[in-house]
Amino acid sequence: MSSVDKPKYQINILKTDIEFGCREDQSILHGMGQAGRKGIPSGCHGGGCGVCKIKITAGTYVSGKMNRDVITEEEEASGYKLACKVEPRSDIALEVIGKMRRSYFGA
Amino acid sequence: MQSSVLRPGFVQVRVLDMEKAIAHYRDIMGLDLVGIESDGRAYLRAYDEFDRHSVVLRETDTTGLDIMAFKMVSPEALLAARKALEARDVKCEVVEAGEQPGVGERLRVYMPTGHVFDFYTQMDLSDIGPMTENPEIWREEPRGMRIVRFDHCALLGEDIDASAKLLIECFGFSIAERGLDPDGNNMAIFLSCSNKAHDVAFLKAPLEGKLHHVSFLLESWHDIGNAADLMARRDVKIDIGPTRHGITRGQTIYFFDPSGNRNETFAGGYSFYPDNPERVWTADQYPKGLFYYEREVVESFVSVFT
Ligand code: FES
Ligand SMILES: [Fe+2]
Repeated sequence: MSSVDKPKYQINILKTDIEFGCREDQSILHGMGQAGRKGIPSGCHGGGCGVCKIKITAGTYVSGKMNRDVITEEEEASGYKLACKVEPRSDIALEVIGKMRRSYFGA
Repeated sequence: MQSSVLRPGFVQVRVLDMEKAIAHYRDIMGLDLVGIESDGRAYLRAYDEFDRHSVVLRETDTTGLDIMAFKMVSPEALLAARKALEARDVKCEVVEAGEQPGVGERLRVYMPTGHVFDFYTQMDLSDIGPMTENPEIWREEPRGMRIVRFDHCALLGEDIDASAKLLIECFGFSIAERGLDPDGNNMAIFLSCSNKAHDVAFLKAPLEGKLHHVSFLLESWHDIGNAADLMARRDVKIDIGPTRHGITRGQTIYFFDPSGNRNETFAGGYSFYPDNPERVWTADQYPKGLFYYEREVVESFVSVFT
């Protein structure tokens, strides 16, 4: 089966009208980018920087290892994730938590 | 002043997944894997480096910079620097020889920006370093991004003036270039201990000990194109580029390793001599200093780090 045939789940960003499809072999953040949508801040795509933090309120998924400096075990246990390290296994509803915080050198 | 530091010698970076990290740094970037030690740390080098390693990866549950380390000209110079640091009440400690394979004793310095800098004078030579008798251009053809050497780091912290001052006063670094905010305060300081336009850069941010990027030298603009092709083909997340910096004039592409640490491969940049006047970017032109072609600040570049 080529990747174009793979099932697409719908990702819904709560409190916005942003919705996009995401395959199960790609992260929610990557899926959003491929769909040409914005809403979740996009950074390193490696679970390191933390800007893509979300709270998943509905749906099932698998997730990878994330930098403990930006997401604690307790946060993870209560549904907080990094969107670049989550692949959907059903339709997903989520809230955006992360922000792009400019440092002074980028004033 | 001539610096008592030869060059940035190695960097130790934290990664979340060693297997993926090695696939990135060895197979895509093309560094040589020197070895993996019993504590799990992986040691790598670029083809044109004489010393045994220049990149150390440590797997853990966080990301970012463990250590940036500099090789110095002599034990006497290291001792003099140590005295100068102690006179300024800077926290230092000795890391014993052999803590990393093939590396002598290191002086560990806790920098005001929260970074750990090590200084040492001895590292074993690589068995497969550049040839010295009838030296061919390389021993084996460079692989992957064809990285020549580990070159510099850019680091984020609050008190960048204090960290720069220590490198200048205790180690003889010079400021090559600075970027200013509208009030004339330093937002970015580029320091050299050599003929390079920068060996380390400090970027001002309300953070402690953070890594902006680890940078590697390529031979040419053409090699940056090759690196970009590899990133596209192997699904490496690109931050920005290929483009050029106004600051240092380097041609560049930024990307992320699989744990989200930013890497740079770059070519070019001017030669620096310690008697050169400082170059300065005023706040209104500073975006052009960062990205010469775009002339705009790139949001992820100034907001994303590990
Ligand atoms: S984009 Fe950096 S942690 Fe997800
Ligand atoms: Fe750089």
